[in-house]
Amino acid sequence: MLHLITELSKYTMIILFALYTYQCFSALKRSVDKEEQAEKFRSQVVYMYLFHFNAYAVLYLSMEKNTEIIKFYLMQAVFFAAVQICYGIFYKRASRLVVNNMCMLMCIGFVILTRLSYDYAVKQFQIAVVSMAATLLIPYFISRFKYLKSLTWLYALAGITMLGVVAVLGAVSHGAKLSFSIAGIAVQPSEFIKIIFVFFVASMFYESTEFIQVVKATVIAGLHVIILVLSKDLGAGLIFFIAYMVMLYVATRKLYYFAGGLLCGAVASVAAYYLFNHVRVRVVAWQDPLAVFEREGNQVSNSLFAIGTGGWFGMGLNQGMPNKIPEVKQDFIFSAIAEELGGIFAICLILVCVSCFLMFLNIAMQIKDTFYKLVALGLGTIYGFQILLSVGGDIKFIPSTGVTLPLVSYGGSSLLSTLIIFAVIQGLYLFRERTEGEQGFDRRNKNRNAGKKESVKKKSARRKGGMKSHEENIHGTKVEDFD
Amino acid sequence: MKKTSTERKLKTSTKSSKNREFVIITYLFVAVFIMMMGYFAYFQIFKSEDFINSPYNTRQNTFAEHVVRGEILSSDKKVLAQTIVGEDGSETRYYPYGAMFAHAVGYDSNGKYGVESFGNFSLLRSHAFFLEQVLNGIQDKKNQGDNVVTTLDYSLQETAYNALGGNRGAVVVLEPSTGKILALVSKPDFDPNTIASEWQNIISNTDSENSILVNRVTQGLYPPGSTFKILTTLEYMRENSNYQDYSYECTGNITMEHTEIHCYDNAVHGMENLETSFAKSCNTSYANIGLSLNKKKFAGLCNELLFHKDLPSPYPSNQSSFELNEKSNTDQVTQMAIGQGKTLVTPLHMALITSAIANGGALMRPYVIDHTENYKGVAVKNYKPSAYGNLITKEEAQKLQGFLSKVVSEGTGSKLSGQIYQAAGKTGSAEFSNNKNESHAWFTGYASTKEKGSIAVTVIVENGGAGSTAAVPIAKQIFDSYFSR
Repeated sequence: MLHLITELSKYTMIILFALYTYQCFSALKRSVDKEEQAEKFRSQVVYMYLFHFNAYAVLYLSMEKNTEIIKFYLMQAVFFAAVQICYGIFYKRASRLVVNNMCMLMCIGFVILTRLSYDYAVKQFQIAVVSMAATLLIPYFISRFKYLKSLTWLYALAGITMLGVVAVLGAVSHGAKLSFSIAGIAVQPSEFIKIIFVFFVASMFYESTEFIQVVKATVIAGLHVIILVLSKDLGAGLIFFIAYMVMLYVATRKLYYFAGGLLCGAVASVAAYYLFNHVRVRVVAWQDPLAVFEREGNQVSNSLFAIGTGGWFGMGLNQGMPNKIPEVKQDFIFSAIAEELGGIFAICLILVCVSCFLMFLNIAMQIKDTFYKLVALGLGTIYGFQILLSVGGDIKFIPSTGVTLPLVSYGGSSLLSTLIIFAVIQGLYLFRERTEGEQGFDRRNKNRNAGKKESVKKKSARRKGGMKSHEENIHGTKVEDFD
Repeated sequence: MKKTSTERKLKTSTKSSKNREFVIITYLFVAVFIMMMGYFAYFQIFKSEDFINSPYNTRQNTFAEHVVRGEILSSDKKVLAQTIVGEDGSETRYYPYGAMFAHAVGYDSNGKYGVESFGNFSLLRSHAFFLEQVLNGIQDKKNQGDNVVTTLDYSLQETAYNALGGNRGAVVVLEPSTGKILALVSKPDFDPNTIASEWQNIISNTDSENSILVNRVTQGLYPPGSTFKILTTLEYMRENSNYQDYSYECTGNITMEHTEIHCYDNAVHGMENLETSFAKSCNTSYANIGLSLNKKKFAGLCNELLFHKDLPSPYPSNQSSFELNEKSNTDQVTQMAIGQGKTLVTPLHMALITSAIANGGALMRPYVIDHTENYKGVAVKNYKPSAYGNLITKEEAQKLQGFLSKVVSEGTGSKLSGQIYQAAGKTGSAEFSNNKNESHAWFTGYASTKEKGSIAVTVIVENGGAGSTAAVPIAKQIFDSYFSR
């Protein structure tokens, strides 16, 4: 009977998450008015709670009916409710979709971590509560404090000093100098410096995009990347590099900067392959993991065993062997999810992350202030690129770089820094509302409400491409009357 | 799309153009995300099988908690392995033909081997009708696993098994055009039904030469003897475009430096060309040929023909080996040319070279699982033949086919001439100890008819004497059985 419940839950959880994912995109259709949209966001919360309940029911039944799990479940439910309520009361103008996605991703993280290791899940939950409380004020500050633009060199100084200190003193973990301990808690500074870095680049290009300014910014950015590569944190180095290239391109609007930069990046990658053994190891494991199973390929092979054996529908919670994958709680959490919750679930997870990314870029396009535009763009790039590195590495789409999946993977620094990024983005949504009045969705919705009785024909004409209309919104352009 | 975007540009030119780079970045990222999801789907559909079935993947065994292991069937649907569920729910794996399919089908206790190993994932998955699965779930009953239908041909396997009799050795039958393994026999063997109870006994024999678990087809390393002359001939043809002008007078033996090479049974073959040297398997002539060869090129040819390489094989296999380099002395070179000395091959390796010749130079990957089906017989997955690549050119294959036919029509394989099928092949009598009177008997060859196509057979009888008397008759029984039905 337990087996049947687990088996059926596989499908119900996929359906619930698929419905949730569908609403991420359907809520942004132009044909959806504000009330409908709010309704859809509410339904997302319901799907999340149903999924959460379903998952913990299976975990409770399959994990020796430990009553601790029920307590843990209830605490999480309260936590999510608190987050939803706080945003509902204090930040009415924040993006509901981003709040929902934030909760959903953490929810999936708690579920899979409970399955992988109860103790780690509890620890992750504690970190989440503290981090959430700490970051709850950020949207308010971001939307009001003006001097953030003028701290340019302070950002650079802070970033480079911290990275340098870690590179020199940092503990050697997993072949990379990534972290140091403060009062027994391992802190991975690069997770936070990437946010400061985005603020630095944004303020540089806010001041000017003249050639000399570009040179200055590039030197500082290059310094960041070089320190990271030297301390063997390749994943972070790559993220900084891409974030800088994207921001440079958008700020200067010069395509040849972007193309030239990517070309340099490609040359540097090839050089890194020949210079550094730890780069070669990753590439070898990526090329044919089974051929080097005993050594380099072990992690990627195990990840692919998990994903392959799980198939489209998964093995069911607690039915697989995700703990066979080294580092499964951090870098390879996606494989564990694909194994037990299924390939369809995993694809939906990617889509939810894509939806977050689109919301980041959406605010970047809607806001008028160049500095904030660039901040949103930079953070969006970092987030999106991190998803690519993490998931791509797990499924052997690209060589594994040892990057966590934001909000889902275990790890305090990763969780806190991602919550900061989400909070900053929410701050920008508030900023737009405060300084620039209603625009984009809301403007549109207002109009829609006014003319709600438009012809059905027109409505269906708009409906013809969900994705398209979604993109129209994303561009933040007023496309009311294009048809 | 284009139209709307131009219109949009017109109407909201300032803002839209300001955001152009943002839009490009968004599309760029979305494109990469879509590619990544596409790769994920591609992996699930096409690539996951390789990883699921990897012997390193230990996940499969947890399936056994909810599935009754499926059956293994021969290509004509005879049950080769099945799980019998007792009234108390106990499960016993039963092999109706005992030792006959020992190494081919393998075993599923104390580790896994053979089809039981590489078909494991399919055997432990159930594609039974889903309502039936739901019903079983409610009743806490196990689902019936899928059946694995092999390429193994029951009557060929039986013929090969009986023909080898009480000898030690190996027989493998392949279909050159597809790579299907039609029969695989290795002796001494074991009864998979009793392997669990006798396990301690079996593994206490750590001597790999005598271990009954060794699959001699893929793991047995034997001196190839005269069957190796196929490679020597090919190299001579490559180096001498006028190979048809070759002539040599065999006096029964040849002495070079410190070595004396003599023909099998001290036969004297007289005046020969290349073709008759091959057909009569004249050692002295081949020692002479060997000395004329470019050592580096000869070694290169052997490597091209899969020496020192992992063979494409579903069963674990050993690498064949030889020792030849620029510094090799006369003795080593002449021994190499006639397939003695330090050269060692697996029977499967010879079978693969033979099937490539029969198939016009192209080697098909050998495989043993034809398809899987649910327990009611509804197909789940079909396995298609796949090419490994060209071992030799088509012209070379045709020339060698001619040489191998001559062996049957005029040489050591004459027992196969005048049949309802056209046979070709090479015999070998490989000395394996200092006692010149002891030798392993080899035959590797193929036969075909217009209607039934061709099959390739490789036989080795350990200490069986001459290939023509000990190995050829076994191949003949297999050919007779296949082409007469």
